[in-house]
Amino acid sequence: MIKIRIKRFHAAREPQSLEQEWEVKEGATLLESLTEIKCRKDPTLTFRSGCRSSVCGSCAVRVNGKEVLACAYKPKDGDLIEPRRFAPLIKDLVVDEKESFRTIERASGWLERFDQEAVVTPDDEKRTERQSDCILCHSCYSACPVLEVNPAFLGPFALTRVWRYVADPREGDSKTKIDTIQKDGVWDCTLCGECTMVCPQGIDPKNDILMLRARSTQMGHSDPNMGNFGSFGLDF
Amino acid sequence: MVDVLIIGGGGAGLCAALAAREAGAKVAVLGKTYPTRSQTSMAQGGINAALGNAEEDSIEAHIADTLKSSHGLGSEERIRRLCENGPDAIAWLERLGTPFSRIEGGKVAQRRLGGASAKRACYAQDYTGLKMLHTLYDASLGRGITFYDEYFMLNYIVEDGRVLGVTAIELGSGEVKAIGAKSVVVASGGYGGIYRGFTTNSSASTGDGVAAAMRAGAVLSDMEFIQFHPTALKGSGVLISESARGAGGYLLDSRGERFVDELKPRDEVAAAIWEQLEKEEEVYLDIRHLGERFIEEHLPQERKLAILYEGVDPVRDLLPIKPVAHYTMGGIEVDDRHMTKVEGLFAAGECANAYIHGANRLGGNSLLETVVFGREAGESAAAFAGQNGDRVTASSVQYERDRAFVSAVAGFTNQIDFYEKRDFLGKIFYRNVGILRSEMGLKGVLAAVRQMQKELPFMGIVDKSREFNTNLTEFIEFGNMLELAETILVGAIGRNESRGAHRRADFAQENDEKFYGVHSLSWKEDGVLCNEFGGME
Ligand SMILES: Cc1cc2nc3c(=O)[nH]c(=O)nc-3n(C[C@H](O)[C@H](O)[C@H](O)COP(=O)(O)OP(=O)(O)OC[C@H]3O[C@@H](n4cnc5c(N)ncnc54)[C@H](O)[C@@H]3O)c2cc1C
Ligand code: SF4
Ligand code: SF4
Ligand code: FES
Repeated sequence: MIKIRIKRFHAAREPQSLEQEWEVKEGATLLESLTEIKCRKDPTLTFRSGCRSSVCGSCAVRVNGKEVLACAYKPKDGDLIEPRRFAPLIKDLVVDEKESFRTIERASGWLERFDQEAVVTPDDEKRTERQSDCILCHSCYSACPVLEVNPAFLGPFALTRVWRYVADPREGDSKTKIDTIQKDGVWDCTLCGECTMVCPQGIDPKNDILMLRARSTQMGHSDPNMGNFGSFGLDF
Repeated sequence: MVDVLIIGGGGAGLCAALAAREAGAKVAVLGKTYPTRSQTSMAQGGINAALGNAEEDSIEAHIADTLKSSHGLGSEERIRRLCENGPDAIAWLERLGTPFSRIEGGKVAQRRLGGASAKRACYAQDYTGLKMLHTLYDASLGRGITFYDEYFMLNYIVEDGRVLGVTAIELGSGEVKAIGAKSVVVASGGYGGIYRGFTTNSSASTGDGVAAAMRAGAVLSDMEFIQFHPTALKGSGVLISESARGAGGYLLDSRGERFVDELKPRDEVAAAIWEQLEKEEEVYLDIRHLGERFIEEHLPQERKLAILYEGVDPVRDLLPIKPVAHYTMGGIEVDDRHMTKVEGLFAAGECANAYIHGANRLGGNSLLETVVFGREAGESAAAFAGQNGDRVTASSVQYERDRAFVSAVAGFTNQIDFYEKRDFLGKIFYRNVGILRSEMGLKGVLAAVRQMQKELPFMGIVDKSREFNTNLTEFIEFGNMLELAETILVGAIGRNESRGAHRRADFAQENDEKFYGVHSLSWKEDGVLCNEFGGME
């Protein structure tokens, strides 16, 4: 047996936040351990789950400050389990994902207009195969430091999603997509790579953002921060 | 008020939503999970359509394969409709941007799944369901469909035989709400979750929408038909895909010998494995001879899961497996427009029984069903909403009843732990209502299920809080599973023959004289379960 610590929260409880220690079986996944605690010891423990096989994206939490899928992680003695960041807490490991899910809508993360003529070769498809492996687990979102200072930032997974459609030969209107992600989008990223570090699917949102920047520049957009400095000089 | 309310945002629900929207309706999707977390995300193999991209194929061959697998319980007319619409379904998914795997020249790649006479399954690597589901979700967001995410549906609101909406718990706040609509499509998935611990299914597959439909006046059919997948990890029930055997993997017994032709249909392989397990033998999947490079390239997910759950690296060691519940063929009976016996209530996907899979489902046909019949159900629901206008509920009886129930649960005595009972239900179902059944075992389980139904008020919950109370929703799910468990058992006991996935040790043969084309039916009258074999001479 090993011990893990779980950070719990409940607005209607006193105290609202507390850290609890539990004994769990060594070698079991974190999700199995949480389920075991809920079913045998404390049915009030609250978390999300679904597939148990790392594909539904329900169960991401933070362990010792790093995002992992509970169903794909085996806890070690002394681990601290916490909910993900940058989302209002609802209860224990469950956070409110309304706003983070809404980034897809804000970024228009869909095929804008289907191009009848387009041919998708195996190479075309391979180019965004990884990006479309995304399971929307929100790990990258919780890891992104920009969201700490700018909650309106579209965030890594929404931008990866936009790139996956922009890079698809079937997209007949990439201009609209690119226009949509200028504000609170591609230029707000600091390229720190934290998102890439935690993605359980091996997706590299940072690189997708770089690709989107390049495409933005081609379409006549520019980095607003750089732009300001530049025009500041020219105005005089 | 919305025109069409969809319950469940899996493949079937989102296809229904998009089709209803295309037909001009105002649409909302309500789900107990976010749409992308639906079980549809777990489908790896593919979606069938006789495109003939990889080798020669035809609609007729697709129909013939499906009919054969249904063992006399599929409707030829409906199967024809499904198969004929296959190519159009793929074209539609293509227009939404689904990232299918491709072959040279840009056509969609296809591979062969068990029971198919050709390479017919379109796929997106091992992520077919995931990529399809996410594309549908993106498209739904882009078309102004409203989402009630993390709303747990309790019951349909029905007045004078017509559905007028649903009651649901908004999980975040814990409030019970009534949501009105001119028509409702239920797409809430299957009931494989009854086999807890012995199923590949998501823990959300608890048959809520099916049980509620029966309570609302709909008829359920063929509930006893449950497909078992031969190869799941022994400890967890997590799926090891058929492609492991397709690629040349062996099944070995305790002595390390092969005991069955690995490429036979699922039900036969599962039965052969069961025979071994009944003898207290172990069964292993052996893919070592395929080599590390092949496994890394073609079965990376299975390798990862085997190491995680069994602590076994299949590159070097034998992988212990067991067959587990995988797909529920039975469900809500629907007519040609996918309407249930309740006016304005439509059903599609795994929760429905549209007479496609009959006694046994073919891999790749269920995703196709979610698309083709999901869209059809959405269109029918939109048309129904157009013709039948607003009707405000005259009373709030259902709402008051469900609100009262939810607050009453907190007061249940909780002398019996339902989590223990839930595990127990899974275990006795697996052993006695599993791959090989017999009257004695089935009757024993029926008695146990009825006992548990009586004990429900003595069970109850520990978590009395409102916010995101999964202790409460899991208790309600357990109640739904017990309700459905009874229908499965009554059907399985009455069907004293073997047919497809329903195998009886005491009646080993198919009895066509008595059961060909005969469906088991279950419904409720004044709260009492009624059963009949429809079409029996
Ligand atoms: C591991 C695995 C692999 C598979 N592989 C394949 C394959 O390769 N090819 C194939 O064709 N089929 C495959 N299947 C089967 C196929 O995935 C399913 O039959 C299909 O996805 C079902 O889709 P659905 O839309 O009907 O339901 P689901 O995807 O299960 O969605 C149900 C929805 O209803 C919601 N819901 C349920 N209850 C409630 C409630 N009380 N209130 C509100 N919402 C509720 C859920 O949240 C969910 O959003 C596989 C299944 C599994 C488990
Ligand atoms: S690279 Fe950009 S998107 Fe990724 S975590 Fe850093 S700032 Fe956020
Ligand atoms: S990009 Fe990776 S980390 Fe981010 S949501 Fe998708 S799968 Fe999760
Ligand atoms: S439970 Fe589905 S990703 Fe962990």
